[in-house]
Amino acid sequence: MFRPVVRLSTSGVRSLTRTRPCYSAPSASRCYSHAKVETDEEFDARWVTYFSKPDIDAWELKKGMNTLIGYDLVPEPKILDSALRACRRLNDLASAIRILEAVKDKSGPHKDIYPYLIQELQPTLIELGISTPEDLGMDIL
Amino acid sequence: MLTSRALVRGLKSGFWRPLSSTSSVQAAHGKDMSPDVLDPSVPQYNNRLDTPLSDVPFVRNLNSEQRQLKEKEKEPWTKLTKEEKIALYRLAHELTYPEMRRGSSEWKTVLGGVFIFLGFSGMLVWWQRIFVFGEVPHTLSDEWVEKQTQRMIDMRINPVGGFAYHWDYVKKQWK
Repeated sequence: MFRPVVRLSTSGVRSLTRTRPCYSAPSASRCYSHAKVETDEEFDARWVTYFSKPDIDAWELKKGMNTLIGYDLVPEPKILDSALRACRRLNDLASAIRILEAVKDKSGPHKDIYPYLIQELQPTLIELGISTPEDLGMDIL
Repeated sequence: MLTSRALVRGLKSGFWRPLSSTSSVQAAHGKDMSPDVLDPSVPQYNNRLDTPLSDVPFVRNLNSEQRQLKEKEKEPWTKLTKEEKIALYRLAHELTYPEMRRGSSEWKTVLGGVFIFLGFSGMLVWWQRIFVFGEVPHTLSDEWVEKQTQRMIDMRINPVGGFAYHWDYVKKQWK
C-alpha cells in the first residue's frame, strides 16, 4: 500500500535535486487484492450445480435459497429453474411459489425484472405445473 | 429485579395467554404452544422477507385432510387445483410477501395519543394560569410602560445600535 507513495516521493525528490522535470513512469499495478474475482457465469454455474444435486435435501434447498436471497442480486432464470426443479424433486410446491415471491420482492423498485424472469421460466412453470403468485391471487392483499 | 420478574410473569399470563393458546390457534399452529412461551431452543417458523424458506413449516401437525393433500403434492402438480395450491402454500407459510410488507395504521394511534397528551398538558397549563398564578406585576401595565419608555428615551438607552437609536429626537417620534 505504501509502495507507490514511496515511488512517487523518490521520483519527486530526484526531480527537485536535479531541478529539471522528470516524470517517472507510473507503476503499472494498483494495489488491489490478488484474489481471483468470480465471474458472473461462474457464480451462476456454481448455483445451478448446487440446486441440480439429484438427492438434494430440504435443508440444503432452504439454506441455498436463503443464502441466495441474502446476496445483493436477483438470481438468473437458470438458477431459479434449477431451484424450482429441486422443489419438484422434494415434492414442495409451497417453496416453489415462495421462491417466485421472494425474487419479485428482491427486485425492489425495478418492476421489469420479475416479468422477465417469469417469461424466461414459463416453460418450466408449465412443465412442472407451478402457478405464479399472481395466478393464485396471492400478490394482492 | 423481583418486581420486574413478577411483571413479566403477569404480562405473560395477562396478555400472551389469550393470544397464544386459544384452542383454535393451537390447532392451527404447528408450533408447540402448550408451554406459554415459544421455545427458542427448537427451530421456529418466522415470517421474514430475507428468509423465504423458514426452518419449519407453519403448520406441523397435519390433520388427515391436510395429509392427503400432502400426498397429492407428490404427484404432478398440474393435477392440483388452485385452491389446493393455495392451501399447500398456507400450510408452509403463514404470511405471503405482500402480507408481510403490509403496513399498519398504528401511526395514527400513536399520533393521536401524542396529541391527546399534549392537549392534556395544555389544559393543565391553562388551568394553572387561571387558578394558580396571581396578577401580573403593575410594572407591566400600559401606563407604567409608557412612562418607562419615555424615561428610557430621556436617558438615551443604547444610543448607537439599540433603543434610543430608533427614536428621532428632532421629530420626536420613532424612526
